[in-house]
Amino acid sequence: MTFPSRDDLIDFVYDEARMLDDGRFDEWLALWKPDGMYWMPLDYNQQDAKHVTSLLHEDFFMIKLRVERFKGERTFSQKPKTRCHHVIQRPFIEEVDHEAGRFVTHTPFHYVETRLDDQTLLAANARHELELVDGALKIRLKRVDLLNCDAAFGNIQMFL
Amino acid sequence: MSRYANDTAAIEALVRPTEVHRDIYIDEDVFKLEMKHLFANTWVFVGHDSQTPNKGDYFTTEIGTQPVIMVRHSDDQIYVLHNRCPHKGTKIAIDRAGNTGKFFRCPYHAWSFKTNGCLLAIPLRKGYKDTGLEESHSVNGMAPVGAVKNYRGFVFARLAKDGIDFDTFFGNALSSIDNMVDRSPAGRLEVSGPPLRYMHRCNWKMLVENQTDTCHPMVAHESSAGTAIDLWEKMDKPEGTKTPMAMEVIAPFMSSYEFFENMGIRTWPNGHGHTGVHHSIHSDYSAIPGYFEQMVEAYGEEKARAILGESRHNTIYFPNIMIKGPIQQLRLFKPISAGRTLVESYIYRLVDAPDMLVERTAMYNRLINAPTSMVGHDDLEMYERAQEGLHSDGLEWVNVQRLYVEGEDFEDEAIENGTTERQMRNQFHAWTKYMTMSMDGGAR
Ligand code: FES
Ligand SMILES: [Fe+2]
Repeated sequence: MTFPSRDDLIDFVYDEARMLDDGRFDEWLALWKPDGMYWMPLDYNQQDAKHVTSLLHEDFFMIKLRVERFKGERTFSQKPKTRCHHVIQRPFIEEVDHEAGRFVTHTPFHYVETRLDDQTLLAANARHELELVDGALKIRLKRVDLLNCDAAFGNIQMFL
Repeated sequence: MSRYANDTAAIEALVRPTEVHRDIYIDEDVFKLEMKHLFANTWVFVGHDSQTPNKGDYFTTEIGTQPVIMVRHSDDQIYVLHNRCPHKGTKIAIDRAGNTGKFFRCPYHAWSFKTNGCLLAIPLRKGYKDTGLEESHSVNGMAPVGAVKNYRGFVFARLAKDGIDFDTFFGNALSSIDNMVDRSPAGRLEVSGPPLRYMHRCNWKMLVENQTDTCHPMVAHESSAGTAIDLWEKMDKPEGTKTPMAMEVIAPFMSSYEFFENMGIRTWPNGHGHTGVHHSIHSDYSAIPGYFEQMVEAYGEEKARAILGESRHNTIYFPNIMIKGPIQQLRLFKPISAGRTLVESYIYRLVDAPDMLVERTAMYNRLINAPTSMVGHDDLEMYERAQEGLHSDGLEWVNVQRLYVEGEDFEDEAIENGTTERQMRNQFHAWTKYMTMSMDGGAR
């Protein structure tokens, strides 16, 4: 990939969601920059990730930890395992900066999580900030804003 | 109302010295009686006064299942009013928080009330001329709760008009709030952002009990904290790499039984108590640059050391909050029904202290108490399994016997081995006391 085309960016977002739905976590982890961050704000339009609480604000180590935990033998909340499902709208391309190798997409999507007899539906917007690293797109920041970020949830077990 | 209503003996029979009956967790009639008696006779946490900093600021919440409004009146005092119009019952405030100006106005027929609840005006008032409105309850406006106390920013209320006074109810237990507030060089806390809200399909008391349950972390949290430790150890990293804040927060959940035994549990009368008398999972956090110096400047070195030397883990204020002094956090366990509880986890900023402290607090809250957190999942899975398991007719009693000593006297403060279940027994002792206090056609 020299410069990613619109289609490359759009495909990236679709592929990422598909990896989560298929449980291909090792491939999914390879999409991240080592200094990447995953952010799920608690407040609508939240700007500060540090000094107020978020639902999630985690670096690559913590993201890997979640994947490890998910696989673990003594992860009781994952017996049986959760499954998830993304239905995504065609991503909007928000920013393309070839010089800096920086690309931003905005993707509305619906997310379904299921375990035992429960099924949860969430509506959200994802913002992917991507960078070209050695010719491949990598995630620098994935920000997921839930439509009902201020609602009281039960366990949300997987990555959105 | 039910087989338990106004039956002191039936309620008392649910609690034995070393075990409690499952109806305490799963019976909807017992739950209704808790709302009517326990949550009316005790001092229940409402909110922090920094949530309503200016005149007219209000905040809506519940005491038990009663909707209330906490509001700052023109005299700068905090009032707690039932969130109910005296006309036809409409909830006056719906937003979780806001500023109402000088008065509340009911959205149905526009009766209006001062921010202390007093009736201010009724449209077309002359329609009530000669109807005897002056003799009705409605003319009193929005009813205040029985009593309110703002203790160093923490606002508590007692729904019942008469009952135990604030200081007697809490006694020495207030030392945990003192320590949390004293950690600010200015002696003041401010709420930082909205609380995490987490819905639990289990009884509220399971959550309160778990706050002093020190025999579960190394088992239930092996999946999160244990995996974190493994992953960190296996990671390729340069010699002398500093342990990241997240690891400092999560790793101590895997501490040994011995660690928890030695940390100690203190109990106070009326169901209050705390873990972490000698040390705790918060003891070994890295120093935040500049903070100690600020504390010395504010308090002098000796007092500063004493304040920061306290490492209380979880303090329970009976019936339904827990605070963590060393990280300025408060968790409120809001009962919804016998099998449903809303958990709100608040964090506070220490006024005049470095921002890095609240950064750590926010991280703790995310990692441990969010509906999206790993550690929180470990716990909730256990509560929900317990809530389901208790419906089994295999056995009707729940065991809380660990380190029981015959003739325990909960009117005395005590310090014991950190894995005792004495604090749970202390809570059930207080539970019985405040459940039955106004039964048999008593005070209420
Ligand atoms: S119900 Fe409030 S004014 Fe009528
Ligand atoms: Fe726990």
